[in-house]
Amino acid sequence: VTALAAGAVLAVTPAAAQAATPAPKPAVLRVGLAQDVDTLNPFLAEFASSTDIGRAMYEFLTTYSPKNEAPVPGLATRWTHSADGRTWTYTIRRGARWSDGTPITARDVAFTYHLMMTNPVAATANGNFVANFASVAAPNDTTVVITTKAPQATMLALDIPIVPEHIWRNVKDIGSYTNLPTPGHPVVSSGPFLLTDYREGQFVKLAANKHYWRGAPKIGELDFVHFDNTDAEVQALVKGDIDLVNGLSAAQFSTLSHSKNVTTNKAEGGRFVDLAMNTGAATRTGAPIGDGNHALTDVRLRTAIADAIDPNTLVRQVYGGDAQVGGGYIPDKFATYHWTPPSGQAHTFDPARANQLLAAAGYRKGADGVRLDKQGKPLDLRLIGRNDQPQQAQMAAYVKSWLGAVGIPVSVQLVSSDKLDDVTSAGDFDLAFSGWGVDPDPDAVLAVQTCDHRPDAQGQNNDSEALFCDKSYDALYAQQRADMNPAARVADVKHLESMFYQQASEVTLLYPDVLEAYRSDRFAPFQVQPDPGGAIMAQNGYWGYLSATPLVASTATGGGGTGLVIGIVVAVVVVGGLLIVFFLRRRATAADRE
Amino acid sequence: VSTAADTAVDTLPDPAPAGSGSGGTWLFVGRKLGGAVVSLLLVVVLGFFLFRVLPGDPVQTMTRDRPTTPAQIAALRERLGLDKPLLTQFVDYVGGLLHGDFGTSYLYQQPVGTLLLQRLWPTVLLVGTATALAAALGLWLGARAGWRRGSTFDHATTGIALTLWSMPAFWLGLILLTVFGVGVGPIPGLFPVEGMTSPDTPPGLLPQALDVAHHLVLPCLTLVALVYAQYLLIMRSSLVEETQADYVTTARAKGLREDLVRRRHAVPNALLPTVTLVFLNLGMVVSGAVTVEAVFSWPGLGQLMFKALQVPDLPLVQGAFITLAGAVVVMNVLADLLYRALDPRVRT
Repeated sequence: VTALAAGAVLAVTPAAAQAATPAPKPAVLRVGLAQDVDTLNPFLAEFASSTDIGRAMYEFLTTYSPKNEAPVPGLATRWTHSADGRTWTYTIRRGARWSDGTPITARDVAFTYHLMMTNPVAATANGNFVANFASVAAPNDTTVVITTKAPQATMLALDIPIVPEHIWRNVKDIGSYTNLPTPGHPVVSSGPFLLTDYREGQFVKLAANKHYWRGAPKIGELDFVHFDNTDAEVQALVKGDIDLVNGLSAAQFSTLSHSKNVTTNKAEGGRFVDLAMNTGAATRTGAPIGDGNHALTDVRLRTAIADAIDPNTLVRQVYGGDAQVGGGYIPDKFATYHWTPPSGQAHTFDPARANQLLAAAGYRKGADGVRLDKQGKPLDLRLIGRNDQPQQAQMAAYVKSWLGAVGIPVSVQLVSSDKLDDVTSAGDFDLAFSGWGVDPDPDAVLAVQTCDHRPDAQGQNNDSEALFCDKSYDALYAQQRADMNPAARVADVKHLESMFYQQASEVTLLYPDVLEAYRSDRFAPFQVQPDPGGAIMAQNGYWGYLSATPLVASTATGGGGTGLVIGIVVAVVVVGGLLIVFFLRRRATAADRE
Repeated sequence: VSTAADTAVDTLPDPAPAGSGSGGTWLFVGRKLGGAVVSLLLVVVLGFFLFRVLPGDPVQTMTRDRPTTPAQIAALRERLGLDKPLLTQFVDYVGGLLHGDFGTSYLYQQPVGTLLLQRLWPTVLLVGTATALAAALGLWLGARAGWRRGSTFDHATTGIALTLWSMPAFWLGLILLTVFGVGVGPIPGLFPVEGMTSPDTPPGLLPQALDVAHHLVLPCLTLVALVYAQYLLIMRSSLVEETQADYVTTARAKGLREDLVRRRHAVPNALLPTVTLVFLNLGMVVSGAVTVEAVFSWPGLGQLMFKALQVPDLPLVQGAFITLAGAVVVMNVLADLLYRALDPRVRT
């Protein structure tokens, strides 16, 4: 009887709520989205915008702490691994439910991973996480056992949205499944927010998951509103049409910092920007490719170049202070793995030392002050950068003058990012501006410097940053990947960074900050990641959105109501105007009709 | 606003009765259609090879900055069919086209046809409305300015139109966005600054339609302001020519009011060159106004194509190219056919 009654109440509630006088509307957090959404199918979604929304929708096995991005429980509460590191056993949370009420079990996890291992289309977006899996099993509802082909230290960094088996086992073709809601039926998921509406190129609407196991969000709705024009996005924040934006330019950020009701957040970024050098490009099979200047295969020349460059000036003059000065390969946002070169080893801006190094290495100056290579030919390096990033043009001018000052002439060429990729993949460069995004687990970004990530024999399928290859780097890379002791692995990674730094195959110039702003008259400060100093949006987690705390009962301003009124006014004006013109004409021509 | 067009229809010569000089008409239509088909075929071939000459490896762009292994990259290349010889890819592509299949977008992983259709309607709505308004406004003002050449009205309207015509689209768009979207001083921000609908508009046809109309105002106003000058100038110059014609003198001699001489006699004849312009511009409606769409985040084809080009997302850019070029070809054929109906001289 109780169950029946409860069912009746459930059935009646939505209708009753609609009929009753409108209660204070639950708060809506409206977020500006400057990027497109490719797809909301979690097996296919690759854009940063879509994966950010995906994190709010789907729980992972483990997620990352808002404090320091260390792995913390997600659907798994505990985990152990065998002595050889090849078998991992995860205990799945009891009592967590999908948004349709079905319990979340280990079988959902096994189903998701298994699908990605057996169906290449399901492996589109996140296949690399299961590439090393030998088998996945769910012996009971709370245990998942994963066996890997080789030991893999990244088993707590599996960024795979877990999907409900009872929905997805009926999906015939993953590739064409859009995973969109129908009116009244949000997409079944497990995260703090549920997808309720999506209009391509316009907006994504999510509702709070009332039954979320960490506790329901304090807002009722989370809307992502698409902008092609970031200036309009900033204006919308000032006007109050949206509440939170990221990806601001330095100029927009400083304008907003003087704006009433808006609080800005300058956060540490997870990317590095570097000057890569062609250390002797070759394919995976060792066949030389490209037309890079042979002199750059000499580590002493590369070190001298690193000593002649001043990242401090680039941060100050080019980035207006909105970046951190580079050092080790992994940005300082990831404090655990970040390595700072000790003062003895560090390439500090020191043209005198650069000159000494060059002279000692045999690059003597010719009559015109230009240094000669070992064959007696004047050095002449090409620097290639992107023409769609104004910062790279400015940085190029600085690098050109710094290297010119130590006798190395540089010619700058700015091209489209596609062209830049083509040129660097083919090894047709000397110096190039580059950069990479870094995850909380450093494995992937370390891998792009390994020999195996260079192009294949056909010169295709390159995934190396700048075709660097060093056997001892590869050996140490393999060691950290198999090291199951977290502390020892951190030491491995830092050792690897130090080794990479001494090779000077690239100069890590800086780590750009992430610039955000939000309406502080409507929302309390958000949970950032890492805390302090981190970002609200595009986290490795959902903490920012989950923490949204409205300051007033209703933030339903602008939008629907006002829009409707103005729409009606516009319609009336247009129709009225047409009628007036029509009657005026009739009157003017009345005589002729008679 | 609509008078010029209304009266034009009243007084237009009747189209040739069906079947009169039938051989000639059918031959003419056949020739035009044949030409259009050949143009479309060329567009398909050109589109395929043109975008493959562009720098950039889609697979490389798509996997950059993402944790991938070389094996996965190779698998992706194979799945997209990019490992096949160019000629095989072309044959596959044309085969797909014959079945109405534009392929699957690399970026959005959805059928290109679906993506294009989703974006086509907003663009047609925006640019179609703007073209209709701009043509009506331009023709109306142009007719008046041309009739009273040299008057203050003529100088003022032509001057204003040319000033707006020479403004950069993004600049005018941003000014309108700031003034009427956000509000400056006493002017309140009446209109939305982005998109086509708000996420919190209630479902239902009327609220949604009004919301779209509300969002349409600023981008449409921007476009009209930018382009109406060309209709004005064409209409003005052709009307200036007509004012010297004998039939105008005859009409005046009949005792017709000046207004009627202009509307019933001069304007219909002066309309002919503008038909070409209107149809040429209607062809361009689909290609839209990339800049205006970008300023107001209007979810149209222009933005989609711009993003696809950066990868390059080959199936998507090819599909968009065919759609855009196809619209121009079709509108040109229509203009040719209509011109024949409108102007008896073309028929002989």
